[in-house]
Amino acid sequence: MYVNRRAPYGTIYALECLEVVLVAAAFDQDVSVVFLDDGVCQLKKNQDTTGIGMKNFSKTYGALDDYDVEKIYVEKESLDARGLTADDLVIPVEVLPADDLREVMAQQDVVISS
Amino acid sequence: MKFGILVNEGPFTHQASDSAYRFTAAALAKGHEIYRVFFYNDGVYNGNKLLEPQSDDRNLVTLWSTLGKEHGIDLVVCVAAALRRGIEDEILQEGFRISGLGQMVEAGIQADRLVVFGD
Repeated sequence: MYVNRRAPYGTIYALECLEVVLVAAAFDQDVSVVFLDDGVCQLKKNQDTTGIGMKNFSKTYGALDDYDVEKIYVEKESLDARGLTADDLVIPVEVLPADDLREVMAQQDVVISS
Repeated sequence: MKFGILVNEGPFTHQASDSAYRFTAAALAKGHEIYRVFFYNDGVYNGNKLLEPQSDDRNLVTLWSTLGKEHGIDLVVCVAAALRRGIEDEILQEGFRISGLGQMVEAGIQADRLVVFGD
């Protein structure tokens, strides 16, 4: 499981985490991805990076489905705190409250946060 | 226990590499095995031999290198993250090697615990 907690731009963590998720999936691992805190903004629709001169990689999240990464979780509290819903996101996700997410995390063999 | 170590920050700005180094040394001292140390994100800077900290400060690049040589640890720098930051074989500290993200995935599979050190 890969845990994304940071905004998509400003640091490179989001992009490099997406890269490693796709590689892990290519290695036939049972990969799941979590977005929480500012990490939920990584999935926001209609991103426009022209003003900051950075590559808009939000479309790449659509490749997760091609790599059979289907377990994509977003923390409900993080969405609520930012006025977002699942409809605002670029890919279909499972929205889970923190308590449920904690249980899913506890079941993982490896959790890598970014 | 067999540990994999993931280092996601470079030396100095963050404590992650110091903590990872101390954890690794302590685990070895207790008789544990280190399957691999993988450097990702700015962690790839830990393999840059051009770093020259002041002489009265620690040098994590040589500390990792020495620890790796003493215990035969596999110190792997991610190729994609490294090239993005100008880390190539010519400036790679002895004892490190550059390889792909698959090595990180493998460490997660082979080790009993993969311990992540980041900010």
